[in-house]
Amino acid sequence: MIMKFIVVVLLTALLGYAAPLYFTWWSFAVTSFIIAALVHQKAWAAFAATFIGLFLLWTIMALIIDSRNDHLLSQKIATILPLHGSSGLLILITALVGGLVSGFAGLTGNLARKHKRSF
Amino acid sequence: MRITGCIIAAIVTIVLIYFLDNQQNLNGSKTPRLGFFLSPQTGFWQNAEPANEHFNGDLKFPQLGGKAEVYFDERLVPHVFAGNENDAWFVQGYLHAKFRLWQMEFQTYAAGGRLSEIMGDSSNGTSFLKIDKFFRRLGMVYGAEKTLQAIEADPQMKAVCDAYTAGVNAYINLLDKKDYPLEYKLLNYEPEQWTNMKSALLIKYMAFDLAAHEEDFEKTNAKALLTRKQYEQLFPYVEDSMQPIINEPLPKLKNLPLVQQPSSADSLYFNYKTEVAPLNPVIKPDKDNGSNNWAVAGSKTKSGRPILCNDPHLSLRLPSLWYEMQISTPAFNAYGVSLAGAPNILIGFNENCAWGLTNAEREVKDYYEMQFRDSTMQEYWYNGGWRKTTMRDEIIKIRNKPSDTEHIAITVWGPTMYDPHYPDKLHTNKYYACHWQAHEGSDELGCILKLVRAKNYDDYLSAISTFECPGQNFVFAGKAGDIAIRQAGKFPALWYRQGDFLMPGTDSSYAWQAYIPDSLEMVMHNPERGFVSSANQSPYDVRTYPYYMPAHFSLYRSWLINRHLSSMQNITVDDMQKLQTSTYNLLAEKGLPVLLKFVDSSKLDATAMQYLSTVASWNLFNDASATGATVFSLWIDSAISKIYDDELHQSSLPVPTIEPSTLIKNVLKDSAKLFADNINTQELETVKDDITNAFKSIIPVLEKAKQGNTLEWGKFKDGGINHLLSIAAFSRLHLNAGGGDNIINAFKKDHGPSWRMIVELTDDINAYGIYPGGQSGNPGSKFYDDFVDTWAAGKYYRIHLYKKEAMASKDGLLGKMIFSK
Repeated sequence: MIMKFIVVVLLTALLGYAAPLYFTWWSFAVTSFIIAALVHQKAWAAFAATFIGLFLLWTIMALIIDSRNDHLLSQKIATILPLHGSSGLLILITALVGGLVSGFAGLTGNLARKHKRSF
Repeated sequence: MRITGCIIAAIVTIVLIYFLDNQQNLNGSKTPRLGFFLSPQTGFWQNAEPANEHFNGDLKFPQLGGKAEVYFDERLVPHVFAGNENDAWFVQGYLHAKFRLWQMEFQTYAAGGRLSEIMGDSSNGTSFLKIDKFFRRLGMVYGAEKTLQAIEADPQMKAVCDAYTAGVNAYINLLDKKDYPLEYKLLNYEPEQWTNMKSALLIKYMAFDLAAHEEDFEKTNAKALLTRKQYEQLFPYVEDSMQPIINEPLPKLKNLPLVQQPSSADSLYFNYKTEVAPLNPVIKPDKDNGSNNWAVAGSKTKSGRPILCNDPHLSLRLPSLWYEMQISTPAFNAYGVSLAGAPNILIGFNENCAWGLTNAEREVKDYYEMQFRDSTMQEYWYNGGWRKTTMRDEIIKIRNKPSDTEHIAITVWGPTMYDPHYPDKLHTNKYYACHWQAHEGSDELGCILKLVRAKNYDDYLSAISTFECPGQNFVFAGKAGDIAIRQAGKFPALWYRQGDFLMPGTDSSYAWQAYIPDSLEMVMHNPERGFVSSANQSPYDVRTYPYYMPAHFSLYRSWLINRHLSSMQNITVDDMQKLQTSTYNLLAEKGLPVLLKFVDSSKLDATAMQYLSTVASWNLFNDASATGATVFSLWIDSAISKIYDDELHQSSLPVPTIEPSTLIKNVLKDSAKLFADNINTQELETVKDDITNAFKSIIPVLEKAKQGNTLEWGKFKDGGINHLLSIAAFSRLHLNAGGGDNIINAFKKDHGPSWRMIVELTDDINAYGIYPGGQSGNPGSKFYDDFVDTWAAGKYYRIHLYKKEAMASKDGLLGKMIFSK
């Protein structure tokens, strides 16, 4: 059960990274949908796993970019958005946006699978 | 139940993605596409440049003729070594695009009246449609088309521009959406292919900035309020104390074109105190766009070699207008600043000589009042008959809205800029056509590229002789020891006061009757006094000049520069740096004693007396910490308005501003009493009353500044450098530095020395330069604004004209790019 959860998290992150290299920025929603439709979990677990996968992916990517950039740009963008110039808050918002899209796509995939099965 | 859940989840997902994938309205402007913008894979994170970034590359382009190598020094200045000249321009295009793509394209959108295409018709309270209409109707595109023709008619220039354009596009074509400069992502649009037309538009943008100044409507309004005598006193042709750039007598020339005032002028044109021209022009270039340049001969320097200095004063923006670079080809090896958007090194030096520019400030734009047969503007009355117009339709695309079309009637004078449809508020049914030198095609870039290749004084002279618009003062210094200055530009030969006021468009006798022949443009070459200089003053003694020369000349900077240079000996680069960053206020030296003499201290309270003693004991330097400078600046402005406003502002119409020098002269000559009495009050005011009241009226402003801790000049002036989109986070505001209007260090609020350069023509050229910006246009790069603080502190960077071998073995390089076929 936990293994399954972790596999979904990792798969979500992996495909969520790969898909936007070739398709639009939100193409990870499609991969999260497919992963959740193929791997059977409880609905809340599907949501959580696909959410966390993307959330972690974007957090780590943003953290790496931000630290190599000495927080120069994130502080400016966090003034425009406006987040009081907080890089940390900007990274959190970034990751939440990715996580939410992925999580809801995953939930949809999970429910679509159950729906199919019930026939 | 499950079906419902699935459908709800699907809807939430889709709505979420739709929301994040589209721009949203927020407080009158649009957000970026948030999902795209925040994604670390596509959005702004991709523009966050690693602090230890290196700029290397091995790039192959079939358009190149040979090989070019680019070394980036520790300030990210590229040193380009190209096997042939066109490859060098290709590389310049590529580098401009790599570091300044958004800015250079945005500027051509502005010049071409296309901002609505990317910004929408208005955003954050700015009407972009209004700005676009203004530039279209002014004929910017019309003029750029002609300039493009002129460039492309010259095979050599066409090849240069084609190479440059190919370089820009080579870079654009490498870009993926995630690589676009940050501003494209913020505003959600994409770069277009570059064209030679865009370079032509950039040149017209400079012409607008530097050669579009006139006050025809304002002066016509003032004429309606004043008698001829009053007018001449308030708006004198030239200041008595003006020291012309060239103080030698004019050549005696025969066969000069004769220019005659039209016989109807006395009744139709010099009709003082009669009619009113109800028009409020929309957009004006900053009237203080100007500059300082000078060169001192070896006889006055410690090294025995000439030193050349230049600091062009322009609007200060981020990313900076300037991009610094060295370009070395078999034909030349030059270093300086280039304008991103065209092939050039505009101000700089090569192995033989150095050159610099200041603006000529002469007016080459006039308005003619048209009589159309009817509102279709198909025909207009001209020389006693109906003449046909050609209609030019300018289509302005507007983001998310249908396009707008401006129908512009082209007359013998030029485009009909103002008609009853424009500006919207004008309800007079009047028509005004604009005649502007920048409407003509000319090849300024060609002149600049000849200058880049110049080897000596003769090359310099021949390079600038065909320069037309915007007219400039070109200063020169060569290793051979020559120094020189000459004004270059195409200027109309005018009769006295011609073009100061709106002219009748029905009569060809009001036209520019001739151009001033080139033989009248004198050169000052190795003068006995050992220096040449210009700071936007009159080029010659205009009182003996055969033609009228309308302009916005500056008095004090040139006066002070000449005063210093005449007395200086054994000059070093260090001395020149001190002079170029001097904050001494000559206007205050002349004006403050006058104000102090006339103020009646018995009428001032204790608070006011304190400020009076502050300004009286001030050392006349506009340093950041000087509070006296704040008091003086407010006082002189207030005095001008107390004395003259009641006469000049009888209606809400715009009128020209009165120069402080006019006030000082008139007060000293006792002729200000002509205006001293406030015509709106019963009492009879004297100059003394006005100057005292002026002082009293600034006390509340000073007290408020004191409370806000902004009484010191640097804080009061509040100078800064704004991003082109006025995004505060991308700007460097509140710099707290000295300088100001009429001061050699001309740093005002958002305007000032945009590039300071000092070149000593020793064997191994000893040069210094700095601009308030950074080499990268990317706000996510540490090279975006890294020169700003050094600039504000009045410091310089040593700049080098490197040989390739020296460059290749240099330490601290930030990268190397190789361009080849």
